[in-house]
Amino acid sequence: MAKIVVITSGKGGVGKTTSSAAISMGLALRGHKTVVIDFDIGLRNLDIIMNCERRVVFDFVNVIQQEASLNQALIKDKRCDNLYILPASQTRDKDALTKEGVKKVLDDLAEQFDYIVCDSPAGIEQGAQMALYYADEAIVVTNPEVSSVRDSDRILGILQSKSFRAENNQPPVREHLLITRFDPERVARGDMLDVPDIEEILAIPLLGIIPESQAVLNASNKGMPVVLDEKSDAGQAYLDTVARFLGEEKPHRFLEAQRKGFLKRVFGG
Amino acid sequence: MSIFDLFRDNSKTPKSAHVAKERLKVIVAHERHQRNAPDYLPALQRDIMDVIRKYVDIGPEQLQVDVNEEGNYSILEVNVNLPK
Repeated sequence: MAKIVVITSGKGGVGKTTSSAAISMGLALRGHKTVVIDFDIGLRNLDIIMNCERRVVFDFVNVIQQEASLNQALIKDKRCDNLYILPASQTRDKDALTKEGVKKVLDDLAEQFDYIVCDSPAGIEQGAQMALYYADEAIVVTNPEVSSVRDSDRILGILQSKSFRAENNQPPVREHLLITRFDPERVARGDMLDVPDIEEILAIPLLGIIPESQAVLNASNKGMPVVLDEKSDAGQAYLDTVARFLGEEKPHRFLEAQRKGFLKRVFGG
Repeated sequence: MSIFDLFRDNSKTPKSAHVAKERLKVIVAHERHQRNAPDYLPALQRDIMDVIRKYVDIGPEQLQVDVNEEGNYSILEVNVNLPK
């Protein structure tokens, strides 16, 4: 039985696509046949983060409108045999997505894949609602910052009232909190919301904490999901996140501020 | 924190993360309440407002209409502040 996982946040720029790329690659590396779908119709980005932008011939909307078959549109990742990408359309708009059309594609994908990861667009409009509508699980990406936490709470409200599971009185979508761009030094100074603060306000189980890291920009520059940079803090934090998602117990890491040298402590910086 | 920070007095101003948390608690509680409210509430509030205004001139901030769940029934709470 395939699991449909939406990566969502409400707010833009918090790391949905980075997280979608990292988590789907992480699941694939663990041996699960995984497809990641870009739901950001008109503004696709997942393809460039996954380094397959030049291999896009057909897209998600072509498949929905039966202009191409699913297998024509799916792009196989060159680094991991278990991973496929279904890119968004660059030319259509979000209204090209309909519940019926999306359902058909997801049903077909469910026959071939273990995990279907849906990379949601920002906002709470049609595109974002389509991305989460059929989800079994939701990973809510949140930055330690007021507007992001507030928007995450709104998305949780939509998951609880407007998803297929909510509308059909099925068991609710399983919610997970993923905190990204976490900066332990700023937390230590009292300038950034801490993990327990965010957990208390959103009241959903914590799946992972990704530290603010240079490795994320480096990875996206190269078109490489950050989990492939195994030495990096962010890469390891995502791999831990994937392991927890698969049911393993893993302690949260990278929560401590770096110890500074003597000169830095005296003169600041 | 550097040696220069010692000369500043930070003790009285609350840290911004603490302010953020308090603001978020209020806004999230308020928005969750609105989310769970029945769809007809804004229209009901407008109608009640029109009726009261036939007799007394009040502003929108002087009328509060809330629906609160109490087990198997709901309470409609209407608070009107009349000017003296």
